[in-house]
Amino acid sequence: MDQINNIRTYDEINQKIKAGNAVIVTAEEMVSIVRDKGVEKAAKHVDVVTTGTFAPMCSSGAFLNIGQMIPTIKTSKVWFNKVPAYGGLAAVDAYLGATEPSEDDPLNKVYPGEFKYGGGHVIEDLLRGKPILLEAKAYGTDCYAARKLKKEITLEDLPYALLCNPRNGYQNYNCAVNRTERTVYTYMGMLKAGLRNATYCSAGELSPLFNDPFYKTIGIGTRIFLGGAQGYVTWHGTQHRPNVQRSDRGVPLTPSGTLMVQGDLKEMSHDWVKGVSILGYGNSLAVGLGIPIPILSLEIAESTGIGDEELFTQVVDYGHDYTNGVSDPLAQVSYAELKSGSIEIEGKQIKTAPLSSVVKARQIAEILKKDIENGTFQLSEPVKLIPGPNQ
Amino acid sequence: MVIIAKTNNRKSVRDNVYTRIYFLKFPKDTSDKPVIFSLIKEHDIEVNILRADILPQREGIMILEIKGSKSNVKKGLAYLEEIGVNIERLAARVRRDDDKCFQCGACTGVCPVDALYIRREDMAVLFDPDKCTGCSQCLLICPVRAMEMSLGKEWMSIDAASSK
Repeated sequence: MDQINNIRTYDEINQKIKAGNAVIVTAEEMVSIVRDKGVEKAAKHVDVVTTGTFAPMCSSGAFLNIGQMIPTIKTSKVWFNKVPAYGGLAAVDAYLGATEPSEDDPLNKVYPGEFKYGGGHVIEDLLRGKPILLEAKAYGTDCYAARKLKKEITLEDLPYALLCNPRNGYQNYNCAVNRTERTVYTYMGMLKAGLRNATYCSAGELSPLFNDPFYKTIGIGTRIFLGGAQGYVTWHGTQHRPNVQRSDRGVPLTPSGTLMVQGDLKEMSHDWVKGVSILGYGNSLAVGLGIPIPILSLEIAESTGIGDEELFTQVVDYGHDYTNGVSDPLAQVSYAELKSGSIEIEGKQIKTAPLSSVVKARQIAEILKKDIENGTFQLSEPVKLIPGPNQ
Repeated sequence: MVIIAKTNNRKSVRDNVYTRIYFLKFPKDTSDKPVIFSLIKEHDIEVNILRADILPQREGIMILEIKGSKSNVKKGLAYLEEIGVNIERLAARVRRDDDKCFQCGACTGVCPVDALYIRREDMAVLFDPDKCTGCSQCLLICPVRAMEMSLGKEWMSIDAASSK
């Protein structure tokens, strides 16, 4: 079963796309196709399965080149709408991180902090075409004489803007609960004391890396849907952990694979890139991400056919365990259970709430499907696959 | 036939019992009147006070759930209007900005009355303003602040006016 029995190549798929007769289905559709027809027929019939996810993804940000001025400047401290960006790159390059709060934000001094505006919001405002107050300081050199800069800019004014997210598309993520006696505010949302609610953050069967659990098709150079434009996988993401425990179908049971993704911010849309404020935690950016999975083999067809009933995650206590590095999951639950609205933990029914939008994830998978059908999105063969589990 | 009759019967019962949540503003001179008592006693209306801020010789506000037969509720509301109470459906003061909302569903975990809920077939996140009790918990939980409720200011402005 482990042996890849080649069904089709990237070239053959792209030929079919050009000829207009490629069969493209979404990951949700593939689950029922495999269930109804069996994996062999499904693998023969379907060329590409499209996936999608839209949720807050903290490790996101943008490389922004602000253009030179006269006299020239080597910016060392940079702010966009009072949100600090990292300026230690080169003369007028900066990296604006999505989780950076505005400098005058009261943070958690008034607990739980609201975090109304941060790096993610600047990125969204740039995409909305809004003017942004750019401020910078410099120490001045013979070649870069200016010491300060203050002006309004829009995305159009920037010579270069690259969305560059070092860790997106988490393959699976914890379901969060709180076993302690006080409410906690986490990146997984507000968790009421005494196991009174649970949150989770994955699109389940629609999620890109759930559909390619061993990274047989995703690698450096994989063309993807990113923020409403075409972007690329450029490396495996930070915290990429392929060697975690997997189900008998090969799907990770805990957070595992991640992707580094990039794309031209100027081509993106604020519909798919949204600044977020997480109460008591901070700022982030919700990013729309979709990856086409070519059905190269029976094995890949099998993986894309796995539905929410067979995708599992761990229920983790964020009141104490997570913060203290205790790895002691309370339970293992399926995404079908999570999506039903309640799970049973320690004999108690607990209401679940998602943080990842299934509606938007489905829309992304549909857009990708249409774009491939129209021939506007060709599949790219990766130069190198991202690291898989040790044999 | 029996089933149809039953269905009709149920429909008529539902038409008769009327449940609505109102946002009420009391003028200064009503604050010493037993308004709620009158609603219950004289108009046979079931009430549930969800939020209230009423002090003597001040303008007061209240979020009130009213339940009763259509005619009783009509009379009760007429009584309130007569004594100068400003009546508005709470639903008219609460809205979701659908351009901002990306239907993540975080709000559905905190809404105590399922006014914000998920349609399980397609996981769409929906909002039913008629069910909203104005508790405001969703306002800050929403990561894109898509929920809008024009009560907080009213509450605050009244506090500010009275302290002058």
